[in-house]
Amino acid sequence: MKKTFALIFTLLIGSVLLAACSGGDSKGGEKDSDKTEITYWQYTFPTKVEEIDKIIADFEAENPDIKVVAQDFPYDQYQNKIFAAVEAGDGPDILNIYNGWISKFVDMDYIQPIREEFMSKDEISDYYVDMIQPYELDGEYYTLPVAVRSLALFWNKDMYKEAGLDPESPPKTWDELIENAKAMTEMTDDGRYKKEGFGWNAAGQGLHEFQQVLLRQYGVEPYSEDASKVLWNEKQEGYDAFKYWMDMTMVHKIGDPDVGNTYREAFLAGLAGMIVDGSFAVGDIQNANFDWGVTTLPVLEEGGLQSNYASYWTNAIAKGVEGKKLEASEKFLAYLIQEDVQRDWLENIGELPASKALIEDAELANDPTYGPFIEGLEYAHATFFVNEDKERQIIIDGVDKIRLENADYDETFDDIVKKIQEVRDEFFDKQ
Amino acid sequence: MATNKETIEKKTLSLQTKKALIAYSFLIIPVLFYLAIRIIPAFQAFLMSFTTSSSSAFTLENYQKLVQDEVFWKSVKNTMLYVVIVVPLQMLFGLLLALAIERMGGKFKWFYRVVFFLPYMTSIVAISWVWRLLYDPNSGVLNEILVKLHLPTQEWLGSPSTALISISIVIIWQMMGFCMLLFTAGLQVIPKQYYEAANIDGATKWQLFWNITFPLLNPTIVFLAIIGVIQTLQTFTQIANLTGGSSGGGLGGPLNSTMSVVVYMYNEGFREYNLHYAAASTVFLFILILIVTLIQFRTFNKSYKL
Amino acid sequence: MNTKKNSIGKVIVNILLILGIGAVSFPFVWMILSSVKSTADFYTFSFWPQSLDFSGYRYVFEKTDFTRWYLNSFIVAIVVTVSNIIFCSLIGYTLAKYRFTGAKLIFLIILSTMMIPTEMLIIPWYVFSSDFGWVDSYWGLIFPGLMEAFGIFLMRQFMASVPEDILDAARIDGMGEFKIWLRIAMPQVKPAISALAIITFLGNWNAYLWPVIVTNTAQMRTLPVGIAMYGTSDAGGIQWNTIMAMSSLTVIPMIIVFLIFQRQIVEGIALSGTKG
Repeated sequence: MKKTFALIFTLLIGSVLLAACSGGDSKGGEKDSDKTEITYWQYTFPTKVEEIDKIIADFEAENPDIKVVAQDFPYDQYQNKIFAAVEAGDGPDILNIYNGWISKFVDMDYIQPIREEFMSKDEISDYYVDMIQPYELDGEYYTLPVAVRSLALFWNKDMYKEAGLDPESPPKTWDELIENAKAMTEMTDDGRYKKEGFGWNAAGQGLHEFQQVLLRQYGVEPYSEDASKVLWNEKQEGYDAFKYWMDMTMVHKIGDPDVGNTYREAFLAGLAGMIVDGSFAVGDIQNANFDWGVTTLPVLEEGGLQSNYASYWTNAIAKGVEGKKLEASEKFLAYLIQEDVQRDWLENIGELPASKALIEDAELANDPTYGPFIEGLEYAHATFFVNEDKERQIIIDGVDKIRLENADYDETFDDIVKKIQEVRDEFFDKQ
Repeated sequence: MATNKETIEKKTLSLQTKKALIAYSFLIIPVLFYLAIRIIPAFQAFLMSFTTSSSSAFTLENYQKLVQDEVFWKSVKNTMLYVVIVVPLQMLFGLLLALAIERMGGKFKWFYRVVFFLPYMTSIVAISWVWRLLYDPNSGVLNEILVKLHLPTQEWLGSPSTALISISIVIIWQMMGFCMLLFTAGLQVIPKQYYEAANIDGATKWQLFWNITFPLLNPTIVFLAIIGVIQTLQTFTQIANLTGGSSGGGLGGPLNSTMSVVVYMYNEGFREYNLHYAAASTVFLFILILIVTLIQFRTFNKSYKL
Repeated sequence: MNTKKNSIGKVIVNILLILGIGAVSFPFVWMILSSVKSTADFYTFSFWPQSLDFSGYRYVFEKTDFTRWYLNSFIVAIVVTVSNIIFCSLIGYTLAKYRFTGAKLIFLIILSTMMIPTEMLIIPWYVFSSDFGWVDSYWGLIFPGLMEAFGIFLMRQFMASVPEDILDAARIDGMGEFKIWLRIAMPQVKPAISALAIITFLGNWNAYLWPVIVTNTAQMRTLPVGIAMYGTSDAGGIQWNTIMAMSSLTVIPMIIVFLIFQRQIVEGIALSGTKG
């Protein structure tokens, strides 16, 4: 026992000394008083972290008077970290956030608008693809993205062959998708999926697929101009679209969210014939050990309206950043959103350029992997969320009620719309 | 005579005071530490629950909202269910394991102990991925076994009626090693000669257990019951890892069927950024735990000397 | 006859234990096997790897600050464990063996601190750390766990069973109160101290929520934070073999710590056997 204690004490003293030393190290580096230091926060996306480090090195070489410190945090605690730090007055100067959080962060007074002198509203809307426009809040833009993402349909060519389908002709319409998926779906005797034709989950891209693609294709504009009203069930077509979406699972039985952890994992495991996923999934799917292809999202009938959903991670300057730090932050942002950076970003990370000019670049549009995503961007819509987590949860719960408890479609649909409307009312009443 | 007695009393009195002073001196640093790290922040949270983010005036708004929220009551009900399912079973399995390994003897005791303690040591992120795969209703190993045994397959984490049980199984799987460890420690403190004496009297194994082992394990049992309840009433990590994250959606699904009070609090505080409201649910949980713990102390005090 | 019955019982217990081992360690073994699968192989969801692929381990050592995280976790866990052994047994002893006004109240207050979920204390702790400049430092990682109410309660339960007469005998011999605690009471509860050491070490080795909030730089991360960084589906894919490799590597020192202290528990038998 004594020996153990002696050992532990030695270790303890050793580690405290070590801690003291390394603590000293980090303080030693902060003495450059002529340099303006700004901090940039992002969540941990390994390739993005590497890319940002590279960009910072280039930027610092051009701007020797500015030092940019980039820090990253695990995704599941990223919002909490921001929350805790801002509450303690300890937040960063620039935050990389999801577009769905913008309204919440503006509401919480965490971020400041982009100054007119830095980049005017006209400059912003000229420079960027149109889909960022819903996020003009009270006549101000708060964030500038580097890249955007849209959806496309991935299909497993091997599974197509096995099911006797042509592996080179993916579905063009939703009806075709259902037909192909049925051919690929295999069930056990007791009604469990061995393989699913179409992997989906309302919690993943499913809800976006519905509200920005199916609804629009049925002729329903999902939200009012100012985003304050939810219009999904304004017309009978809304109910029809919802029924069509739910019937895929409930009637046609072409797939279920429970197959293989997530639909992307199911697809990778060769358990799902098709999935709808974002361009950021390419990195993962490249590792698949089967032949696959990617194409634009289906339409209702050939020649019908094409639609897509877009989202983006974007950069905001924190509230309270001013003077030299504000100037430095703006300089860094300007550097970050350059077209050259956007090109590299696509190559290394797989997120699409956010600038209008680049999207129209023919070379990019013909890329076999990214082409369908870039094409999708032309007609993509970004949903203006007032509270992304809550709105998403409402849809998930509604879908689960149907899936798991056989709830009535129309009633559930009305209930979803009512609840989302309440969330929006709460937000807009405060404004 | 009388003066003699008085001096003795004085002496014991001063000894008592001296001992009390020693006790206080031992306790002063820890108590200050607790005040700073736990009690003051908790008190702040308590005060916060009576205000809102927009005004610091006293209000019961948060509590009114809380009692009206169905999801909150569901989380309270779920939390109670977790306690009722998890605590007795993890203690029972822990005790059986400790006794079995003790009984078995031999050189490989350490091996058994390590294996049954492994789940408690393993990172929950990695292991919950494996559990989700085992639970997969379509191709998971568990359902395959059920099919082989000609039993009906289950939806496991996928259905509101079985999700809570499925999570409880993972918690028990993790915690029974912990209980085993403490029971093992508890068994060591029981003096051997009690058994020797009873053996001479010709007691059966069963009698030995009920008359010696069980009563003398009492401090450990009380400890595990109270700690188990306090921990289980605050269940969070396993729920967060088995229901949220890469399976998409919020924590505590499907249809809030696995939501505990702490998950509810976490969602409100850190997803909705409404700390005042989250504080109100914490106060509720605190009172709940306090009541349950006091009842437990009462019961244990009645049957045994604590 | 009795011995025959005994040996049959032993066989049954053994069989049950071995079955239990299979059931309990199955997910764990799967984790280890998954750490040597290639990414494509990983998604076949099969138990055995098709071929051994150490790219997960290579990634861990080449691309991450894994050794640094290891060191950080070690420092934090050791400091907190030592602090808990000392303070919890001292406080537990005081609460169990001294009668003084307020003893019950202090015990209840300490116990009640366990009833507030850590999640709620994170913001106050962060503000506190920020004021003291502890964010992104070892102190920041360590301070909330220095004296766990859990340990105090455990030690109080075990200290209560230390016979009063041994302590009084030491007093008559003129031993100081502090020495009595250290020399007489502590050895009596060795199994409990060992259990406390194991549990505290593991609790801190695996702690996630607070370390992720209080650290900013890669150099200050602990192992669970490092693991979580690769567990985001929105990050170009979850690198499962990396996660599994890190988790497998993380368990090894814990097994060692467990083995050291569980021997202490067993040695405790001999001690109380001869003494009692």
